Amino acid sequence: MPGFEIVAASLAGGVLTGGVYALAALGLTLIYGVLHIVNFAHGALLMVAMYGAWFLATWLGVDPLVALPVVTPVMFVLGWGLYRWVIGPVSRGEDRAILLATLGVSVVLENLALVLFRGDTRSIETALSYQMLELGPLLLPLSKVISAGVAMVLAASLWAFIAMTSTGQAIRAVAREPTGARLVGIRPQRMFALAYGIGIASLGAAGCLLLPSFYVSPTVGENFVLVAFTIVVLGGMGSFPGALLGGVIVGVAESLGGLFLGESLGPISISLTFIAILLLRPQGLFGRPGEAGR
Amino acid sequence: MRALMVGLALLVPLAVPQQYLVTLAMLTVTSAALGQAWNLAGGFGGMTSFGHVAFFGLGAYVAAIGQLHFGLSPWLGLPLAALVGGAAGAAMGAAAFRARLRGSYFALVTLAVAEALRVLANSLDITGAGVGLQLRLAPGLAQFQFVDRRLSYLAALILLGLTMAAASHLGRSRFGARLAALRESEAAASALGIDVVWVKTQALALSGALTALGGVLYVQTYLYIDPSIAFSPQRSVEMLLVALIGGAGTLWGPLLGALVLHVVADGTQLLVSRPGVAPMMYGVLLLLIVALLPKGIASLRFGRRRNA
Repeated sequence: MPGFEIVAASLAGGVLTGGVYALAALGLTLIYGVLHIVNFAHGALLMVAMYGAWFLATWLGVDPLVALPVVTPVMFVLGWGLYRWVIGPVSRGEDRAILLATLGVSVVLENLALVLFRGDTRSIETALSYQMLELGPLLLPLSKVISAGVAMVLAASLWAFIAMTSTGQAIRAVAREPTGARLVGIRPQRMFALAYGIGIASLGAAGCLLLPSFYVSPTVGENFVLVAFTIVVLGGMGSFPGALLGGVIVGVAESLGGLFLGESLGPISISLTFIAILLLRPQGLFGRPGEAGR
Repeated sequence: MRALMVGLALLVPLAVPQQYLVTLAMLTVTSAALGQAWNLAGGFGGMTSFGHVAFFGLGAYVAAIGQLHFGLSPWLGLPLAALVGGAAGAAMGAAAFRARLRGSYFALVTLAVAEALRVLANSLDITGAGVGLQLRLAPGLAQFQFVDRRLSYLAALILLGLTMAAASHLGRSRFGARLAALRESEAAASALGIDVVWVKTQALALSGALTALGGVLYVQTYLYIDPSIAFSPQRSVEMLLVALIGGAGTLWGPLLGALVLHVVADGTQLLVSRPGVAPMMYGVLLLLIVALLPKGIASLRFGRRRNA
């Protein structure tokens, strides 16, 4: 049995990583909440963002935290364009077609990364890599603490944007009642592309925040896509506070899974959590019953 | 008539002496068989699975573990693998459909099951963990190991025949009609007295059993299996792609789809050997087919979509 301090440190590390996961999952839940589509390309797009941050760090020596304000808008444009020109036209609004279209996008992106970067895993070292923050009995990696803090600030601003601005209101209107929104002069397709872009922009930020403590490889998205869906399903598809809490729970489950089950068996905690939630409480912690299975 | 001609055409590779060409034909026919197995649940039943490789991997491991740890003949491994694959499909179906998982949620659950199995295979001693399992080389009919690829091709052809027979049965039988009814509308089907959970579970079990046989053929051909081969997400994508390209829920779709996929992917591989380029074509084909021919190539050839 690992000692108390190791468990506590692992718990805290899980909470911190979970905070960044939550930011990425917010993007997924926003896309679901507004467009009612399951964005299977979420993992692959996170991988793209991580390569973007890796590229800037390795070739231009830019710290991922500095790169974040660049990568995030680039990912927004990528997401916006992807919806506008690929996912929207390809799927014509049918559920199964959208699911398959986002699967197609993720297969293309993953293999494009394989073509460009080969299969090697890559990581970076930043100025903060070996710095630890002492918090009572806990030793926490400083870069993780900063990442989680930035993620929370960004999550709060995303919430404020959706809740308080008129554009945010228009997005919510389209999510609730597309026909009604059209009647008052909102163009749903425009809001859909915007919401998809914002959802992918959150991946841009999350990619920059994850890179200091994670490896990036063409298949990193494959692992992440289940993590993101577990978080969102756990919290309830479309629920904002649900994604935050789900992120922390999944971060902790992953961290404790690794500690108690070992490196190779640890990741099973994610898939098992996901399966259990869907079978036992498909609407998640915060979702309304009857929302699952679309 | 069409069946006879296609059947004769499929026998041609048996007369081809070049092992390389026969191997290509074997891979194509195996793809078609696996795509047809996916099609039984995903096409005829509308259950879009993203994790069908779970059954494939289970079948491969059952055969390999049976031979290595229990001295079980691969000939007994075949039915055992089908049994395990069928049971896995039944369990997965019973759990998922009872919880009323459909569409994207079902797709994600199948993906999670495949991923859980991959992690498990990567950690257990009996599966050889990350090192994988290597069968002892013992060519001959007794050990189901063939030096001549034409015999491997024949085995794949027999599996294709089995899956085609199952698909043809779904196209004709009352069971298939029930499955088609609930694919179109579960509410209407259940109002007609169809036990939705039971019918879907049976279809997934059938699909799982046949997919597991594909896993056995793989391990008997390559004599090696490891977690990332056995449970590779790419194979799941290939299975659904083969069915969708040709036409999901049609009898000839997967065969057509496998031909197109292999001509495109293997052709790309010949032109550009850099890793990633050929599998990227999978994604491109998937986008193109969803955008331009949502009912697959079969819908072009036969004009109207036939319910067979």
